[in-house]
Amino acid sequence: MSRRPPEPVEVVKSRREAALARLVAGVPYIGFLGARFDRRGDELTAVLPFHPSLIGNPAIPALHGGATAAFLEVTAIIELAWTTLWEDMETGRIDPASEAFPALPKTITFTVDYLRAGLPRDAYARAAVTRSGRRYATVQVEAWQDNRARPFAQATTHFLMPEG
Amino acid sequence: MSDRLTEARAFMQTLPHAQSLGMELIEMGEGMATIRMPYDPRLIGDPATGVLHGGAISALMDTASGASVMSHPAAAAATATLDLRIDYMRPATPGEAVTARAVCHHVTRTVAFIRVTATDADESRPVAMGTGTFTLERLPAAGAQP
Repeated sequence: MSRRPPEPVEVVKSRREAALARLVAGVPYIGFLGARFDRRGDELTAVLPFHPSLIGNPAIPALHGGATAAFLEVTAIIELAWTTLWEDMETGRIDPASEAFPALPKTITFTVDYLRAGLPRDAYARAAVTRSGRRYATVQVEAWQDNRARPFAQATTHFLMPEG
Repeated sequence: MSDRLTEARAFMQTLPHAQSLGMELIEMGEGMATIRMPYDPRLIGDPATGVLHGGAISALMDTASGASVMSHPAAAAATATLDLRIDYMRPATPGEAVTARAVCHHVTRTVAFIRVTATDADESRPVAMGTGTFTLERLPAAGAQP
């Protein structure tokens, strides 16, 4: 009995990148915000490059609370969709290039805490799926800027999973 | 239109993120604020349905809530969101504007409490509802020592 040889790294990488790109492209609002996702293996980091249109009140000037909330929310939804997709993608059950992707989860409740003012510079966020069931899932997400240990906002989101 | 509303509308025009989302101040005063956001394909969350992303609705509700705090008779000099919880009851109908109405229903010396509702054209069935707390920085009282 011979083992199947491991897949070439380029194949694995391009499959994962294609799946992530397709998920992100599926949410036009992510493009509106100007956010992108960096990937290391299965770990995603959302990046929100600073842009003047993200400012709330120029007199302060800090990131708009709504921009921060939206950044946390898209990070949570992409992390959840990515985590859900991972196994099907890795086992080849879903081909990121051709087949229809599963529908995105729907937000039921979104709770955001603002811990300090968002500075006019790049922001980063990572989400973790705390609980993922057939119908409901809960995701926690944290955003920071210069210092990983000093988050400026955090959120908890409950999602309704797509049918099927 | 009252001078205060004209002034508040002009102020809204200076807020970059509110502007980029196309927000328009409809009413503001006595701890209440109404802000409208037109439908815009750039703000879609799911192209399969054309429904606006929750993040855009969150941003609208946050802005209306902050405006309600600023319009409260407590005369805040500045405010910032401490927390905001939003329940999404149904998707906003694609093509329709979303309107957020916020009420600053209680203030302490340093904290303002708000409720906010978002509706589309069918005002009898809200799209989302939220509650939140905001910081309240008061103007120094007249004659007060710094």
